[in-house]
Amino acid sequence: MELPEPVTRRIDQARTRYPAEEPRAAVIEALHAAQDELGWLDQPTLDAVADYLGLEPIKVYEAATFYDMFNREPVGRHHVRVCTNISCWLCDSDAVTDRLRERLGIDFGETTSDGRFTLTEVECLGACGGAPVIWIGRSYYENATPERVEEILDGLE
Amino acid sequence: MPSYPDDYELVTLAGAFEEEPHTLQAYLDRGGYTAVAKVLEGGMARDEVIAEVKASGLRGRGGAGFPTGLKWSFMPPAEGGQPQYLACNADEAEPGTFKDRDIMRYNPHQLVEGMIIGGYAIGATVGYIYIRGEFWEPYVRVQRAIDEAYAAGYLGRDLFDSGVDFDLHIHRGAGAYIAGEETAMLESIEGKKALPRFKPPFPANYGIFGRPTTVNNVETLASVPPIINRGGQWFLELGTPKSGGTKIFSVSGHVAWPGNYEVPMGTPFAELLELAGGVRDGNRLKAVIPGGPSVPMVPAETILETRLDYEALGEAGTMLGAGSVIVMDETTCIVRAVERLAKFFFHESCGQCTPCREGSGWLHRVIHRIENGAGRLEDLDTLLHVGSRIEGHTICAFGEAEVAPVASSIEHFREEYEAHIHGKGCPMAASGRVSRRVAEAG
Repeated sequence: MELPEPVTRRIDQARTRYPAEEPRAAVIEALHAAQDELGWLDQPTLDAVADYLGLEPIKVYEAATFYDMFNREPVGRHHVRVCTNISCWLCDSDAVTDRLRERLGIDFGETTSDGRFTLTEVECLGACGGAPVIWIGRSYYENATPERVEEILDGLE
Repeated sequence: MPSYPDDYELVTLAGAFEEEPHTLQAYLDRGGYTAVAKVLEGGMARDEVIAEVKASGLRGRGGAGFPTGLKWSFMPPAEGGQPQYLACNADEAEPGTFKDRDIMRYNPHQLVEGMIIGGYAIGATVGYIYIRGEFWEPYVRVQRAIDEAYAAGYLGRDLFDSGVDFDLHIHRGAGAYIAGEETAMLESIEGKKALPRFKPPFPANYGIFGRPTTVNNVETLASVPPIINRGGQWFLELGTPKSGGTKIFSVSGHVAWPGNYEVPMGTPFAELLELAGGVRDGNRLKAVIPGGPSVPMVPAETILETRLDYEALGEAGTMLGAGSVIVMDETTCIVRAVERLAKFFFHESCGQCTPCREGSGWLHRVIHRIENGAGRLEDLDTLLHVGSRIEGHTICAFGEAEVAPVASSIEHFREEYEAHIHGKGCPMAASGRVSRRVAEAG
């Protein structure tokens, strides 16, 4: 496959930040770019990234499988990620995750049958002053409560 | 805005409570980019910059507390044509830590200016800011600050007609706690799995792309411009003789007003707690983790008598860490809290060293069974034994980190573990005082 133009443009930009002889340094940004465009990273995409950067595919597979943000399976249109680590847990993230599961009818790691939502439990998001924290797309929703969960989900297409 | 006492001065969160504090104009209005001008236009030698930072008593704010000026002095002189690097650690993934996020959101230019000065001091001509991938808003703010700084001539070639060059780039991470370990970060900047490197060689000799590199935390670098402008002695005297300056404490958990509080080093814990509105709902304080879960927890009676600096917290049997103060009140089940932390460390172990990879799973499974009523009295010895086989047997400090909450909680709250074991379950869950269990990891 060929990578879409917005992806190759971002990879080209990323390459300028590192020495010309170090294309591997752009792998993580390349995978972000591909995932932003395609939603998840399938095998042909990883191979295309490797090919574009002139790297052995294993080097791209390593990054794609090591870092948690990279989806190796399809995800819903809205990827709802909720922190349950210590500070969120102390501020009752249990009530938030209960409401999310109830409302969406799915458990962690699952996607709704209409393909709209994927629910994932994540580790600390670094915004514990606003615990519990929900992360959807590029936004953090802080001080989450079961009621806020309803509002947040109602606000998404 | 928290009601700080009159004699408190904000250093790294300066301006954070103003409107639009992140723009170049706002930073210039606060006296921004005068420190780098003093260095480059004023002709300060590299050694003079390092000497000022040494005099300030500034120590690494990312957790290890290593003296910053000394770290800078380890860098070899730059050789012609070969790059050296300054990397800023903005991975901020230690649970309970959210200070660098606010520096990047509200005061990004102070970080940029600190990096230009730091880069000059260590002979680096290129800097990378490693921002955790989850942080979008901070990334946008810092990228905008970098763009503004280039446009204004603060970044790029021949800065202030001094002949000094400095380029600055963001390198986004993609979700890995271990990438915050400084040598793992180097690997991640190279596009590899974030596996910590064996040391030596140290980054000052062999860093990014094998070139001399220094890694400093966001808060550390943001402290540098005021130190240059007002002198190392000024910064030192804000804090204590061995813990200079101010420090942002990220206060989370069971307080009335969780948030970031920048206070002088040596501030009594009780004063910080008061700033954060005290324990929520008038409850009693039970335990505090003062520096993120990688440091030992301490019971209320200890922390209430302790000052917040490297030495005092060390004497109290814990560490300052990243200043991530996690407050737990009397409703907290300590076993369950530690179970959640053990699950975190199990999930985040990079898997490179067997004691950590396997040991983190053992710690989590044993605590999980205690919390869920299947514990045995000998489990406590098993936990401590497993911990002793992890600590000191791994490449990086993650090994010590994963043992800290387990060993410290058994030391201070052993009777709570025993109550779980004798009662075949969580006594606090049975009484309805806390909610449900932590799901099994893996």
